Amino acid sequence: MNFQDIIFYVFSTILIVSALGVVTSRNPVYSALLLVLSFITCAGLWLLLEAEFLAITLVLVYVGAVMVLFLFVVMMLDINLAQLREGFWRWFPVGGLIALVIVAEIALIMSGSYFGLEEMPTPEPKPADYSNTKELGRLLYTEYVYAFELAAVLLLVAMVAAIALTLRHRDDKKSLDIARQVSVKKEDRLRIISMPAEKKE
Amino acid sequence: MEFIQQLFEQLFGAEWGFMLFTLVKNLIYIIAIAVPLLLGVAYLTFAERKIIAYMQIRVGPNRVTFFGIPWLRGWGQPIADAVKALMKEIVIPTGANKFLFILAPILTIMPALAAWAVVPFSAELVLADINAGLLYILAMTSMGIYGVIIAGWASNSKYAFLGAMRSAAQVVSYELAMGFALVCVLMMSQSLNLGDIVNGQQGGSMLNWYLIPLFPMFLVYFISGVAETNRAPFDVAEGESEIVAGFHVDYSGMAFTVFFLAEYANMILVATLTAIMFLGGWLPPLDIAPLNMIPGFIWLLFKIAFLLFFFLWFRATFPRYRYDQIMRLGWKVFIPITLIWIVVLGLMMQLPESVRNDFPFNLWF
Repeated sequence: MNFQDIIFYVFSTILIVSALGVVTSRNPVYSALLLVLSFITCAGLWLLLEAEFLAITLVLVYVGAVMVLFLFVVMMLDINLAQLREGFWRWFPVGGLIALVIVAEIALIMSGSYFGLEEMPTPEPKPADYSNTKELGRLLYTEYVYAFELAAVLLLVAMVAAIALTLRHRDDKKSLDIARQVSVKKEDRLRIISMPAEKKE
Repeated sequence: MEFIQQLFEQLFGAEWGFMLFTLVKNLIYIIAIAVPLLLGVAYLTFAERKIIAYMQIRVGPNRVTFFGIPWLRGWGQPIADAVKALMKEIVIPTGANKFLFILAPILTIMPALAAWAVVPFSAELVLADINAGLLYILAMTSMGIYGVIIAGWASNSKYAFLGAMRSAAQVVSYELAMGFALVCVLMMSQSLNLGDIVNGQQGGSMLNWYLIPLFPMFLVYFISGVAETNRAPFDVAEGESEIVAGFHVDYSGMAFTVFFLAEYANMILVATLTAIMFLGGWLPPLDIAPLNMIPGFIWLLFKIAFLLFFFLWFRATFPRYRYDQIMRLGWKVFIPITLIWIVVLGLMMQLPESVRNDFPFNLWF
């Protein structure tokens, strides 16, 4: 066992324990934080596979943005655990069945020969000047450019939809129109009236 | 160095010896970076108090000195503050989540220090010279927000929670503008490695620095940096007049000091990154005799200090932004500017060869 193997086992253990914690933890905030931990350890495992761009992007996108908003929402919820557990045993058979199907599917794929050691030999270590990012960019923008653009458009549509769902016009809202505030002139606000001076009785 | 490596390899075998040697070597390097950084943080607080004091026609800290030397009056202040913070009790509020309450300051300072791993201090002086250095920095700085959110939630106080929400929304918004500004930098340098980014700015003079073709991006990046570090005028996360002290209202003693250290370490980090990406890092402003004899590290320090002065200057002179104005600046001003500049830069890079070889384009492309 060499140094890399030790790193792999340490990271995998943390990953599995924290992933289990996500589903078993009683406090949803702990669940979200454990999910962050499993993302980070997962990024560490990807670094071992020399996928540095994907690993750092995982941290940047999921840890840095998605989970922050997630945590945000979870923290504001007032979750009643007793209420959540109410229908647990009633729905347990359905959930258990789905879990069994997923396990069976994963087992079918993993037990096939496609992931055997003969099919997937240890990747050759790349030279130091090999840039993972550059290769990925080259592939994305040449060979897979249509799929890539399609995914981008899909995300854009989803974004527009999300904004459209939350957009509602209210007539009674009080907000400032900054452009109008800035462009206000003296004449708009001030009225100078000239009137004859009053005489003392 | 080689002798020590051989010693390790003889003691622990070839493979393990090399690994342990690398580990010990990197630990020493990390200490060599982190200790001066924390000293810099301590004296940045002193500089802040002094500079703001002079801007407000006061004197600032002028008592604590070393060994009674009169002309060092005030210079002992950061040390005295540190000792005071160490002595104070860490009060944990009754309703607080104890584990997360203690974890939050640690989570704040961790990324602020970890990001320094890839920062090059001169052409050779860098701890980890990785290809995706810029991405690594972005990933690390985006993790700093967790400490703030967790602190706000774990304190079990409405003020702290409001501060955390404000801070999280602000940091996530400005990160986008920051990221797009960095896209422009890496379009220019065609590399994610920070050392290569500085080398791409090499040339006869400061005209080659990315400051000039990317001037709007420089402004966007630096102002977003101020917003990211929750500094004045974007410090609504603390907002004394509205929510007391924001997310760290319930923290005391060393736990508070760690938040404080992280804020200043982040300031130095943003200043360093701006210096590296826009102001030519360790390159002298003019490549002529007296200037290029000064070591690059000194130039970098000088640029960092210059940019840090702006942070303090902003704090002394600008009133605090209103919350909706912060969001407006981030989403409706900065992000459109960066998007437009990416297109403009892309067009400039696609100019015909003959135009690109003419002045001033030959300086940058």
